[in-house]
Amino acid sequence: MTDLDTFRAETRAWLEANCPAECRGPLDNEEDRVWGGRNPTFKTPAHKQWMEVMGARGWTAPEWPTEYGGGGLSREEAKVLASEMRRIDAQMPLSSFGIWMLGPALLQFGTEEQKKRFLPEIVRGEIRWCQGYSEPGAGSDLAGIQTRAEDRGDHWIVNGQKVWTSYADKADWIFCLVRTDPEAPKHLGISFVLFDMATPGVTTRPITLISGKSPFCETFFDDVRVEKANLVGTLNRGWDVAKALLAHERTMIGGMGMIGGGRPMGQVAADSVGTDDDGRLDDPILRAKIAELEVDLAAFQLSMERVGDQVKARQVSPAIASMLKYYGSELNKRRHELSMAAGGSDALEWESDRSRNGTAARDWLRTKANSIEGGTSEVQLNIIAKHILQLPGA
Amino acid sequence: MPLILTEEQTMLKEAADGFLSENAPIAHLRHLRDSRDADGVSRDLWRAFGEMGFAGVIIPEAHGGSGLGAVEAGVMAEALGRTLTPSPFMGSGVLSARVLIEAGSPEQQAAWLPRIAAGEAIVALAVDEGAKHAPSKITTTAQRSGNGFVLNGAKGFVLDGHIADALIVVALTENGLTLFLVDPKTPGIEIERTIMVDAHNAARVTLTDVQVDADAVIGAVDGGEGPLEAALNLGRACAAASLTGAGDQAFQTTLEYLRTRKQFGKLIGEFQALQHRAAHLFTEIELARAAVLGALQRLDAGHETAPLAVSIAKAKAGRVAELAVQEAVQMHGGVGMTDEYDVGLFMKRVRVLNELLGDAGFHTERLARTQGY
Ligand SMILES: Cc1cc2nc3c(=O)[nH]c(=O)nc-3n(C[C@H](O)[C@H](O)[C@H](O)COP(=O)(O)OP(=O)(O)OC[C@H]3O[C@@H](n4cnc5c(N)ncnc54)[C@H](O)[C@@H]3O)c2cc1C
Repeated sequence: MTDLDTFRAETRAWLEANCPAECRGPLDNEEDRVWGGRNPTFKTPAHKQWMEVMGARGWTAPEWPTEYGGGGLSREEAKVLASEMRRIDAQMPLSSFGIWMLGPALLQFGTEEQKKRFLPEIVRGEIRWCQGYSEPGAGSDLAGIQTRAEDRGDHWIVNGQKVWTSYADKADWIFCLVRTDPEAPKHLGISFVLFDMATPGVTTRPITLISGKSPFCETFFDDVRVEKANLVGTLNRGWDVAKALLAHERTMIGGMGMIGGGRPMGQVAADSVGTDDDGRLDDPILRAKIAELEVDLAAFQLSMERVGDQVKARQVSPAIASMLKYYGSELNKRRHELSMAAGGSDALEWESDRSRNGTAARDWLRTKANSIEGGTSEVQLNIIAKHILQLPGA
Repeated sequence: MPLILTEEQTMLKEAADGFLSENAPIAHLRHLRDSRDADGVSRDLWRAFGEMGFAGVIIPEAHGGSGLGAVEAGVMAEALGRTLTPSPFMGSGVLSARVLIEAGSPEQQAAWLPRIAAGEAIVALAVDEGAKHAPSKITTTAQRSGNGFVLNGAKGFVLDGHIADALIVVALTENGLTLFLVDPKTPGIEIERTIMVDAHNAARVTLTDVQVDADAVIGAVDGGEGPLEAALNLGRACAAASLTGAGDQAFQTTLEYLRTRKQFGKLIGEFQALQHRAAHLFTEIELARAAVLGALQRLDAGHETAPLAVSIAKAKAGRVAELAVQEAVQMHGGVGMTDEYDVGLFMKRVRVLNELLGDAGFHTERLARTQGY
C-alpha cells in the first residue's frame, strides 16, 4: 500500500464516521448552504456539526498550512479527499468567500499577524466575508473605483459606495478596494483593506434579483474608520492583491459548472420525458444536447484538475484562470438551460412544494449571473486574448 | 496521477517534435502528395521511426520496442498531427501492435512485433466496412473450411492497406468476432488504394473466398472483440491526440497571422471580434488537451472508466479541432483558401481524423448509452 492508499482508507473511514446522513446528497436549495459567520444559520444541527468537525481538521481548506488552521494536505491528498467526499455525496461543509477568495490572497500578500489572525477563523467558519470591489461607475473597468480613503495618521476615513456586494447584509467583515492616492494613474492609487461591517458608518441595502432572491446589496460607507494594520499588501499597490484574488474568484465561479452531482442529467431527463423502445431518452435532440454537454463537462472537469496540477508544477499561464471562468460559467448556463428543458413544465413552477419552491427555475435564473460576476465573459476573453496574442501595446 | 506530462514524457515529446519538424515537416506531406508517391509514405522515415524507438513505443522491450504506454503513444500521435506527417504509426504501431500484444500467439508476436518496432513492417487493421465506423455492424464472414477458414467481405478505410505486409482482418464467426492475420497476397484478396482528401493513406480491401489456415487466427475463435476493443480504444485516444496536435497547430498558425496581417491600418489581431474568437478557441483547445491526457492516463491505469474517457476525448478533440481549422481558414481570409497556405491541409487532415474510428457523434452516442439514457 502506498502512503496515498493509506490516506484514502483512513479518509474514507473518517468520513463514514463523521459525515452525518443529513449532509449527504444534493442540496435542496441555495438557502441551505452553510456560510458560517457570527450569526450562522444551519438547516439542521447535523449541518452545524459537519462544519465544525471538518473545520477542526482544517478540511474546509485542505491545502492551507496547518499553522493557519488548514489541513496541510498535499495536492494529491486533497484530490483524494475530494473524491472520497464525492463518493458519499457529502455536501460542502462550509461555503465561504474567505476560503475561496480572501484566504489565498492573504497567504500570498498578508503579514504574519494577518494570517495568524484571520485564516484560522475562516477555516472554522467563524467569520463571514464579503467583497467590496464593484461601484456604480466601476464594473468591468474595475480600476475606475472612486471610494476614497483619507489618511488620518494611524487610520483612514473611508467614504463612498459599493454595489453588487453579495451577502453584504449577512457578512461580518469586508475586503475592499479603496482609492488612497487620487493623483496617481488609476491602477496605482488603489489599496486593499479589511474592515468590520459593524463599524459605524457602514450601511447596506439589498437588491432583488430576477431569481427572486436577494443575495446582494448596495453598500454605503460614511466616514468609516479603518485601522492601518488592516492594509493587505503595499499601500497604493492594492491592484496586485485584487488581481490575485480575482484569479481565485474566477476559478471558483468557473468551478460552479461542476456542482450538481447526483444522477446524470440524461437519466433525470429520461424520467420526465420518457424513453423509447430501446431505452433511450425519447427526445433525440434533447438527448444529443445533453450528451454533448456531458462531454464538455467531463473535459472541463479534467481541465480544472489539470490546472491544479499545472499550478503545482508552476506551469500555469496567466490566461488560465480567465479560461476556467469563461468556460465554466458559460457551461453552467448551458447546463441549467438543458436542465430546464429536461424538467419541462414541472421545472416552471415557481411556488409549490413539489418544485421545492421553484428551485430549478431560480437556480437557472441565478446562473445567468455567472458570466457577469467576477468579471464578464467579454472581459475574460479580452484577458485571454491579451496573453495569447501578446500584441505590442495591448 | 497529475494531469501533466512527466519529465520523461516531456523529453519524448520534445524528441518527437524535434525529429518530425526536422525530418518530416509539412513540406514532406506536400512532396509525397505532389509527386504522387506510389506508397504515400516514406519507408526511410518509418525505419528512422524505428531507430528512434517511436515505431514500437508500446511494444514490449522483449520484442524490440520501447515498452511504454498509451500516454507516450499519444505524445507521438500529437506530434504527427502537428506536422501532418503520413506514417504507418497509427495503423501498425498503435492498432495492429495493440492487437498482437493483446492476443497474438508467441509465434505471431515474434514474427511481427520486432519488425513493427524496427519500422520494417507495415501491418494494417481492416475493421470498417460502411461509410461510418461501426464495429458492431461487421458483416465480413469467416466460415470454417477444412482446418482453416474462408473469408468473404469488403473493408474500407484500411490505413496503409495498399502497402501492408500483413493484414489483420476482423470477421464474424459463429459466436462472435474473430481476428485473422492474413498475407495480402493470398488469392482472393483485392486491394485498391484510396487516395484521400488529406493525402494520407488508406485502401479498400475485398475478400472473395479467401482461404486461410487455422493458425491465422489471432487469439481465440469468437474471442476477437476484447482485443479489438482494446486496440480501437487506444487508436481512438491517439486519433484524439492527433486531432489536438493538428487543431492546436492550425490555431498557432492563426495566432501568428493575427499578429502580422494588417488591415484598416492596424493588426487584425487588434480587432476584438477576432480576439474573442481566438480566446474562445484557446479555451476549447485546453479542454481538449485535458480530455485527451485524461483518457490516455486512464488507459494506462487500466481504469474501468477508460473507454468512456476515450469517447469523451475523441468527441471533444474532434469538435474542437473542427472549430480550430474552420476558424483558421476564416481568419486567414482569402489566402486561407489557397493550397499554398498550410491551413487548408489542416482542415483536410482534421476531417479525416474526425471520421477515423468514430466521429464525435459516434462517441457522444456511446457516452449517452454508457450513462443509461
Ligand atoms: C450575482 C452577482 C454577484 C456579484 N457579487 C459581487 C460582489 O460580491 N462584490 C463585488 O464587488 N461585485 C460583485 N458583482 C459585480 C460584478 O463583478 C460586475 O457586475 C461585473 O464586473 C460587471 O460590471 P457591470 O455590471 O458594471 O457591467 P459593465 O461593466 O457595465 O458591462 C456591461 C456590458 O459591457 C461589456 N463590456 C464592458 N467592457 C467591455 C470591453 N472592454 N470589451 C467587451 N465588452 C465589454 C460587459 O461584458 C457587459 O456585457 C456581482 C455581480 C453579480 C451579477
